[in-house]
Amino acid sequence: MEEIERLSEENQPQATNGAFHVPTVAELKAKGEEPELLFWVGCAGAFDDRYQKVTRDFVKILHKVGIKYAVLGTEESCTGDPAKRAGNEFVYQMQAMKNIEMLNGYNIKTIVTACPHCFNIFKNEYPELGGTYEVHHHSTFLQQLINEGRLKVADGGEFKGKTITFHDSCYLGRGNGIYEAPRKILEALDANLVEMRRNRSKGLCCGAGGAQMFKDAEKGDKEVNIERTEEALETNPSIIATACPFCMTMLTDGVKDKNKEQEVKVMDLAELIVKANNI
Amino acid sequence: MSKQLIFGLFLLLSLGLFTYTLFRLASFFRLTRKGFKVDRIGERITTTLLVAFGQTKILRKPVIGLMHALVYWGFMVITIGSLEMMIDGLAETERIFGSWGILYDFITASGDIFAAIIILSCFAFLARRHLMKVKRFSGVEMTTKSNMDATAALTMILILMFSLIGMNTGYLVNHRDDIVGSYPISSLLTGLVSVESAHMIQETNWWIHIVLIFVFLNILPYSKHFHIIMSIPNVFLTDLKPMTQMNNMASVTKEVKLMMDPNTAFAAPAEDAPPPERFGVKDIEDITWKNYTDSLTCTECGRCTSVCPANITGKLLSPRKIMIDTRKRMNDRGPGLSKDPNFDDGKSLVGDYITAEELWACTTCNACVQECPVNIDQVSLIMDMRRNLVMEESNAPKELVQMFTNIENNGSPWQFSPDDRMKWAEGLSLRT
Ligand code: SF4
Ligand code: SF4
Repeated sequence: MEEIERLSEENQPQATNGAFHVPTVAELKAKGEEPELLFWVGCAGAFDDRYQKVTRDFVKILHKVGIKYAVLGTEESCTGDPAKRAGNEFVYQMQAMKNIEMLNGYNIKTIVTACPHCFNIFKNEYPELGGTYEVHHHSTFLQQLINEGRLKVADGGEFKGKTITFHDSCYLGRGNGIYEAPRKILEALDANLVEMRRNRSKGLCCGAGGAQMFKDAEKGDKEVNIERTEEALETNPSIIATACPFCMTMLTDGVKDKNKEQEVKVMDLAELIVKANNI
Repeated sequence: MSKQLIFGLFLLLSLGLFTYTLFRLASFFRLTRKGFKVDRIGERITTTLLVAFGQTKILRKPVIGLMHALVYWGFMVITIGSLEMMIDGLAETERIFGSWGILYDFITASGDIFAAIIILSCFAFLARRHLMKVKRFSGVEMTTKSNMDATAALTMILILMFSLIGMNTGYLVNHRDDIVGSYPISSLLTGLVSVESAHMIQETNWWIHIVLIFVFLNILPYSKHFHIIMSIPNVFLTDLKPMTQMNNMASVTKEVKLMMDPNTAFAAPAEDAPPPERFGVKDIEDITWKNYTDSLTCTECGRCTSVCPANITGKLLSPRKIMIDTRKRMNDRGPGLSKDPNFDDGKSLVGDYITAEELWACTTCNACVQECPVNIDQVSLIMDMRRNLVMEESNAPKELVQMFTNIENNGSPWQFSPDDRMKWAEGLSLRT
């Protein structure tokens, strides 16, 4: 994992009441500047009601730490992952080539994203089409900020003693070997981390990957997200932590289906950090 | 002399038969596509040492995994003994490796002990198959033949091991004053063998053992137990990419580049261009040689299917079935197709063997790839079949067709306007 230490800290403009503006790459370019880090928001991060909250919390952290980042704003477009996984290589490659042209045009070197599917495709599949970047998933990125002492957690004891279970996203874990970073973050929160029966490389899918998110499931005797939610609930958690927009949707739906949404919250790592730090 | 002659003829016959099988397989491989590059040799050797010789993946289920690993390691040692038996048979010698001294003691002793361990394990495996209800041993793809296959192979291995111990015991009594090698298990049984019968027992078991080895060798390629031969090469050929990395279709890249380049957009295609390959996999001629190697290696153990989220929740998809069907399709169509490139039996792999419903149930979670003890890649084949459904047959669920349109028109899989992409950033502030 590359060091993110070199990403400088500089004070981002901020109003006295704490209000701040999220800079776009185009705005920086107009000023003759380039971002050190591109935050790739992703379609779920931009449009999904629930995941917008994660996006907002993640930029709050970026702002707090003072990293010179920017987003693409309205210029961002789907990576093409759902199309590719659904077998449509044409739509995927057209999206990828357009995106790569733009990213290379802006001289983007480093990307962070809160979506494991975007992360996987940037890291593994864009290089073959001419898009080579240093790519981070927000879980490892946040964990490194904590490691380097730039981001503090758990002073308030917000999560002390609370039971949290972590659901592995297939595209992070099995796909790219990221199992420990999210768990280290949860441990830093002083939470009581409890594992599900199937965890890490044996983790069970939430049911949304491979473009399942965008279609009805085939006939069967159960939904995959229910199977996984039941397993998560067996750990008696107060929080089910996720690091993927699709896992979040599937498990949130599962918890609702089980009428447990009062007792059990499904939350992203970035949200937990913001809550712990009162950012 | 006569033993030598009979054995020589027998050896010739079995190796001849085996060669025929290899030629048959080679003709099937010739039908497949390229599309898998064997690079990163160092990493491949490490993977082979760990996963094949070290049995690391089978050990993910510790108890039954250890039993399999012991059988596997036992086979390795005992194979040295089989080699010796072959030389003995041809040269009319007895225990020709006996001059190796302490090394020979080690090999014979561990072979003798492993034979006993393998006997115990095989009984346990038979019990699991026939007395216990292990869920992963059932499923639509587990035909009677497939179950009989397993039982027959286990029985044969049992006879192989009993005859080995019988041979050793006979030898110990027969040669009581000039024993070479060490036989801790067989020496416990010498009381059962009289001096008069010892030579006969040694010889009979020698023949049973060696004949069965070659019968087994010739049956293997036609059964799931071909994995005994295929698993080491297949592990060497592991797909080393990150599991969730899907390959890039170069043929599509070419077309998309042409489409996006205004200078070539309207250029006529070159006259002498070869006819384009079919997109994705529809039938056996579209799979890569690596897909076929995978299907030949599959032991039908069902570890993949037992962790498949689609299968667990009652959907039709079973990654094991994908492998079994691929192999079966090659057996059904391969012989005709290798004689006549236009051979058509009115069927195809996708449609008649594997249905679209199965293919659409996959979440690409890669749990199957993770669990497969011989590093088979089920997912890339599933995805290539999906590609065929979508790009050749326009046979995608309607919600997915809508999703494609959304991406093309709005740059998002949902129907949102790109102008709204920054809505989330309104009114942000840090607590002060
Ligand atoms: S990748 Fe597909 S076939 Fe393999 S376990 Fe997951 S859902 Fe099943
Ligand atoms: S594909 Fe692998 S895990 Fe699945 S049945 Fe075959 S050998 Fe077993």
